[in-house]
Amino acid sequence: MSLRYLLLKRLLQLVAVSWGVGTLTFILMRALPGDMAYRIAASRYGMDAVNTQAADMVRKELGLDQGGWSAYWHWLGDLAQWNLGKSLVSGQPVSDSLWHMLGHSLLLAFSGMVLAALIAIPLGLASARYGGWLNRITLVLSTGMRALPVFVIGLLAVLVFALELNWLPVAGFGTPAHLVLPALTLALSLAAISNRVVHTEAVRVFNAPFYEFAKTKGLSPRRAFLRHGIRNMAVPVVAFFGVQLITVVEGVVMIESLFSWPGIGHGLAHAIFARDIPLIQGAAMMMGILFVVLNTLVDLACHWLDPRGATTA
Amino acid sequence: MKTNISVSRLAGIVLLVLLCLYAYTAPLFTEQDATTQNLSQILASPDGSHWFGTDHFGRDMWVRLADALRLSLSLAALCVLTSAGIGVCLGVIAATGPSWIDRLLDGITTMIMALPGLVLVLIFAAIVPGSFWMLYVAISLVQWIEYFRVTRAVVHRVARSPEVQSSRLMGFGALYLFRRHYWPAIAPQLVTLASFGAAGAILMMASLGFVYVGIQPPLAELGLMIVEHFPYYEDAPWLLAQPLIALALVVLSCQLLGGRKEV
Repeated sequence: MSLRYLLLKRLLQLVAVSWGVGTLTFILMRALPGDMAYRIAASRYGMDAVNTQAADMVRKELGLDQGGWSAYWHWLGDLAQWNLGKSLVSGQPVSDSLWHMLGHSLLLAFSGMVLAALIAIPLGLASARYGGWLNRITLVLSTGMRALPVFVIGLLAVLVFALELNWLPVAGFGTPAHLVLPALTLALSLAAISNRVVHTEAVRVFNAPFYEFAKTKGLSPRRAFLRHGIRNMAVPVVAFFGVQLITVVEGVVMIESLFSWPGIGHGLAHAIFARDIPLIQGAAMMMGILFVVLNTLVDLACHWLDPRGATTA
Repeated sequence: MKTNISVSRLAGIVLLVLLCLYAYTAPLFTEQDATTQNLSQILASPDGSHWFGTDHFGRDMWVRLADALRLSLSLAALCVLTSAGIGVCLGVIAATGPSWIDRLLDGITTMIMALPGLVLVLIFAAIVPGSFWMLYVAISLVQWIEYFRVTRAVVHRVARSPEVQSSRLMGFGALYLFRRHYWPAIAPQLVTLASFGAAGAILMMASLGFVYVGIQPPLAELGLMIVEHFPYYEDAPWLLAQPLIALALVVLSCQLLGGRKEV
């Protein structure tokens, strides 16, 4: 696959995410039972403060008085101008709160991924280099860890480190200590699989003829590893990282909800619970866009590591 | 298909059969039911009448856990059947049909894959909250793509092989080609895909229950039970442990059954 084709495909995905999320949330709004304007007004101003005037205001603002199709076009037009409306609960513009949440989500995702790399790469390399018991133990641990959903890992981490040992706060955010458990949870769920991929690739490279030759011609193990090992291992590992991005995004949604981390996933789950439609749309779209952008970055990294362009996942 | 099944696969099958047996027959062995509350006997430890103890409303855990497992397993089975059926059919069509269909389907899968599966399922769950069938539709919508991509790749390769070419020259129809050539090439991979698909469906349902937008109380669901029991961790740790262990076991059994993906 050529790079241009890949980028075109990612661009198509960006458009598709916006259109798909917009359409789904539009259906969601129309599917609310009863008079939507009254329902939304009730959730915004409180049950007692709802009157015809408030409902009419909501009706006008969300275009509920128009016919289905014209309302739909209006909805998509707003979307194209990045006009995401206001939260039905807080009344703040959705895009403002999205930017706010994005920072927290990125912080969590980034620290989780770095921590995962710090766990998975040394573990995978060591189990490939020394084999034996180390290999068997990591295999069993990885298999067990993989069967646990990410929120169960998080829950167990809370039970052990926060409730039993009292080392770290249970949930919330603010101090660096609050970041440790969420990031560790994400890292463990990622590393459970990726350490085996590193292991497999390392075994492949260590046994490859070109690696034997590098050592035979007199390179020290260190030099052989640095010059011939790393780059050859890196391509499949980075490509696999692209596959794992979906785990990252889904993990972030679950972990943020579990630890009350004020990111996009937490916002999305809360918005769904409160039926805050503009916020659902904004948060879901932000997640999708983030996902596509990260995927594109992985594509570019793979292309840079191996310009032959045959290994993109 | 190979006749010698690996140990881990066998372990997966045994575990899954045991779990199914428990989920579908457990209510037969006891007179308790899943919704009767008994507020004078909350958080009871396991004993003769409540084999797994009772929860915070005094409901029998033996029955509730079986109910929750049955719900998860049924959803997983439905999702696997639907998504595998759709995915395999469309995959064969894309690989052997006219190229515009292939391009169209490729576009559709690219679109769906642009959104992480869980987020898509979350939005669907928001449209009709607490609905089992909405979850089923949403999860199947996410999962058929995997089957489609594998089927398409396999059939694409097989359809250009000499065997299929000569079969076609001899005038055999599409149905024969599918039965004789395509299906045997796809089937071994389907087991792996289906097992991981089942694990994925169960995890997704539990995840939604866990963030409280999936199946609603008073129905028993694994993810929901984990949230409900968490506040009673100090008084009744075994209560929280039950859904956790059940969830981990059922996912583990699926993953063992699926074999190793590539690791």
